Amino acid sequence: MLILTCPYCGVRAEETELAPGGEAHLKRVDPEGSPEALEEYLFHRANPKGVHFERWRHAYGCGKWFLAARDTVSMEVFGTYPAQISEPPQELIDTIRARRPGWEPV
Amino acid sequence: MQFRRRHSAFAIAREALRHHEGWQRTWEDRPLRRKYDAIIVGAGGHGLATAYFLGKNHGLRNVAILEKGWLGGGNTGRNTTIIRSNYLQDPSAAIYEKARSLYETMSQDLNYNVMFSPRGVIMLAQTHHEMRGYQRTAHANALQGVETQWISPQKVKELCPIINLDGPRYPVLGGLWQPRGGTARHDAVAWGYARACSDMGMDVIQQCEVTGIRSSNGQVMGLETSKGPVDCDKLGIVVAGHSGVLAEQAGFRLPVESVALQALVSEPIKPCMDVVIMANTVHGYMSQSDKGEMVIGGGADGYNNYNQRGSFHHIEETVRALVETFPMVSRLKMLRQWGGIVDMTGDRSPIISKTPLGNCFINCGWGTGGFKAIPGSGWAMAELMAKGGSPLADPFSLDRFREGRFIDESVAAGVAH
Repeated sequence: MLILTCPYCGVRAEETELAPGGEAHLKRVDPEGSPEALEEYLFHRANPKGVHFERWRHAYGCGKWFLAARDTVSMEVFGTYPAQISEPPQELIDTIRARRPGWEPV
Repeated sequence: MQFRRRHSAFAIAREALRHHEGWQRTWEDRPLRRKYDAIIVGAGGHGLATAYFLGKNHGLRNVAILEKGWLGGGNTGRNTTIIRSNYLQDPSAAIYEKARSLYETMSQDLNYNVMFSPRGVIMLAQTHHEMRGYQRTAHANALQGVETQWISPQKVKELCPIINLDGPRYPVLGGLWQPRGGTARHDAVAWGYARACSDMGMDVIQQCEVTGIRSSNGQVMGLETSKGPVDCDKLGIVVAGHSGVLAEQAGFRLPVESVALQALVSEPIKPCMDVVIMANTVHGYMSQSDKGEMVIGGGADGYNNYNQRGSFHHIEETVRALVETFPMVSRLKMLRQWGGIVDMTGDRSPIISKTPLGNCFINCGWGTGGFKAIPGSGWAMAELMAKGGSPLADPFSLDRFREGRFIDESVAAGVAH
């Protein structure tokens, strides 16, 4: 059972309490963007076998969106953080580097 | 190429008289050569079918099929073996109906018994929306030349006596009946194709993982593999859940995310159900295998993962739905549970396409419903690789996402396949 800690209310929530929301840190394409950029934003997704950053909502708890870093093979959770930032916190990246030597953020 | 004895009733009688010592290997175990006209990555059903039709329809026989694990050990060995073609959109109906029709003669074509059983598939309608949706699909199928029929709850009960029509949450309001749908032996499909490919002189190489793709000037030159480097003129990537990993090696991105989809089987019981039933509203589908096990399709995880296991709560949801629909299963013990990694696209339709690399082609995105499509997918992919275009494959090209030509089957197919 996947368990994530909600960074807002601090509850250790299991996955039936959460709603997955797909890849984190997508940058909305600006109105002048090319069709390729729009395609990239709308459809292309990171699909790594390993470290993945994703959005979750504490649907049956405080209801807020947050972000998580997780290994898609071992299901190990590296950490969760609030959704109001545009890239993962340095502290979390250091944690992942320590546990997954050789991994680099894209 | 080695002489191979054909399977027949005579062969069984002959071997019965001599202690079954004359059976040959199903496919040859050959070493990886340095250069091929075409390489297919992925020896699951789709990859093997692609290689088979490259040889059979297009005369391309200097072909290798590379497999990271063992043959048919991915989703080909992990599905619920359902075959149907009752799709809403024309391009889907065309390719799935092609596949279904090829299944009918597959045992004869391959000289290998794939145990295709056209026992019929019912998709239950349990809400008024679903009822209207399936009636629309039945009309669409009539125009597409796919034989389906909208049937009443009484007819559903007649075809499947163990069903409970008056469930507390979702009574059965009718069903979409495809009498020519059914099931087949999934491993035999992979083994039969591997045998036919091997007979044509193709190399089926197991435990050979692709670790890198060499390209120059927008063309693939060759591959790095765990069994050494190999060159090729054409490359076909047919790796389902791991498409994202291969695409990353080739240097392009895909509109695909990989999730685990589960299935489970019960202990074997006496024959009680001779159709396939799919209940998409409550989300469960079930058929009975020839061994007597109830084969049950579960849910897909909502988040990316590559563990071939899946979440526990999906089993609970599926089993709850089935107990409601078939009360007699409440006392069955479940024997095995497993997961496969399925590649989901935005419009829930597959991708059979050219890629940004000129001589590299990809066949992926079959999501939760690839088994039924194996022969049709191989047929279309082989034509695309050999001729650069295929009437069956063209609507499923990668650029449909940029151009907004979606083949929106999420309404027709939902999650259940």
